[in-house]
Amino acid sequence: MWGILFYSVPVTGFCPHGSYGVQDTLRSGFSSVKNEILPSHPLELSEKNFQVNQEKMNFATVRNIQGLHAPLKLQMEYRAARQIQRLPFLQSSNLALDTLRNSDESIGFEDILNDPYQSELMGEPHMMTEYQLGLL
Amino acid sequence: MSEKHLLVQSEGAGHGMEIDSISSGSPASPSPLGAQPMQLNGCRSFRSMLGSPDISLANNAYWGIPSRRWDANAWKRQSSSAEQLPVLMSLFGGEMSLLRSPLQPPSPGFSFDLTERNAVLGRLLEGSPPPRPVKTGTTISGMVFRDGVVLGADTRATSGDVVADKMCAKIHRISANMYCCGAGTAADTQKTTDLLASNLALFSLNSQRAPRVLMAASILQDTLYRYGGQIGAHLILGGVDYSGAHLYTVGPYGSVDKLPFVSMGSGSMAALGILEDRYKPNMEVEEAKVLVRDSVQAGIMGDLGSGSNVDLCVITAQAVDYIRPYQESQYTNGRNRKYKYPPGTTALLSEKVVPLRMELVTEAVQRMETH
Repeated sequence: MWGILFYSVPVTGFCPHGSYGVQDTLRSGFSSVKNEILPSHPLELSEKNFQVNQEKMNFATVRNIQGLHAPLKLQMEYRAARQIQRLPFLQSSNLALDTLRNSDESIGFEDILNDPYQSELMGEPHMMTEYQLGLL
Repeated sequence: MSEKHLLVQSEGAGHGMEIDSISSGSPASPSPLGAQPMQLNGCRSFRSMLGSPDISLANNAYWGIPSRRWDANAWKRQSSSAEQLPVLMSLFGGEMSLLRSPLQPPSPGFSFDLTERNAVLGRLLEGSPPPRPVKTGTTISGMVFRDGVVLGADTRATSGDVVADKMCAKIHRISANMYCCGAGTAADTQKTTDLLASNLALFSLNSQRAPRVLMAASILQDTLYRYGGQIGAHLILGGVDYSGAHLYTVGPYGSVDKLPFVSMGSGSMAALGILEDRYKPNMEVEEAKVLVRDSVQAGIMGDLGSGSNVDLCVITAQAVDYIRPYQESQYTNGRNRKYKYPPGTTALLSEKVVPLRMELVTEAVQRMETH
């Protein structure tokens, strides 16, 4: 269960987001190595991983109380629900996933702020799909 | 497991996502099998540059309390089991993770994209100070009496040294039987109490039950703890449910205290003195109202951040009495709201009447089409 994850890190200056291979300061801001590697706000990482850690804690608790079968069955349902998605550049409703997580009965900052449905920018469809399929 | 799970093990340490959850913006659960290395388009990777990096799985570590100034060196690992945690690649002996990628959709919730820019701007604009948020610089207090809870607050909101609002409402409605006073950053208290009220309303619609005060306090505690004190909301939550009258205080870092009387805000010391002196358990309602009013008044007099009126909210099992204002400030500047003067204000010196004679020149009748 302990998968080794390999990944690559884009280094500032090697792969800028702008066109012609130059950092597009107007759109993506000042470029700095520190900016791309380290978080600039104390909450950045903890917020990014909050959902993951919360679920992990819950699963571990359920496992301790009810045995291994409980989180296995629950995670099976999660994985099934997570497959109901649109293509990556479109917004999915995640209805089944929300129901499992009970987040359809609560409101948090993730429902109000930075709503992906109202994002002004759209990802590049071809790139995002290729990235999702691992062809990139 | 479908084949999709085998591919993409997330590019980024910060994500740990599976492909079928990328668009939802929420991190996914672990993949049991190994992943293939991801190469972003046209980028050179650290792996190719450094040879085989020392990839360490961050497990059994803990997340230290973040200090006010984010120090890149004071950086501890997150605690959780290994499989779900993003793998951190060691660089210069430290740990790092990929945070932003153009191929990921924006995740909902707080966005930290501008913190770096704000830091850069702050350094560039050394002379002028940054804009300051509206704080309530407050005196709020509450106490439990025989039949319920009395909450009191002043009504001044400050922004730095300036009074931003003379009549702001600091006692927020959470539900029919619960009210919450808020001190600290005004926006934070309003948003937090609004979210709490919405969540409790959803809960009571779904479960057909009236929410308990303990539940509200727990929700507040979870929310504020999650954001590590960055949400500056100092709250006093009071209400009456089936198990009686309860008064809780929730701090910005997520601390909860259940007390018979409490005060928060910049004028809390002054208010607490009055409460400590004259509080008795099981007081009558009128006596309790006077005591809370006196405590808030002490804050108004002794603290520059509190002022104007005193608002009271009396919550009992039968009814809620929101008295706004209970006492008006005695230092109003007597400003006239209406500037319409009665006739005779200006003395009439002389009068001259000139009649205007008009001559009839032409007269014409025009029909109108009405149907």
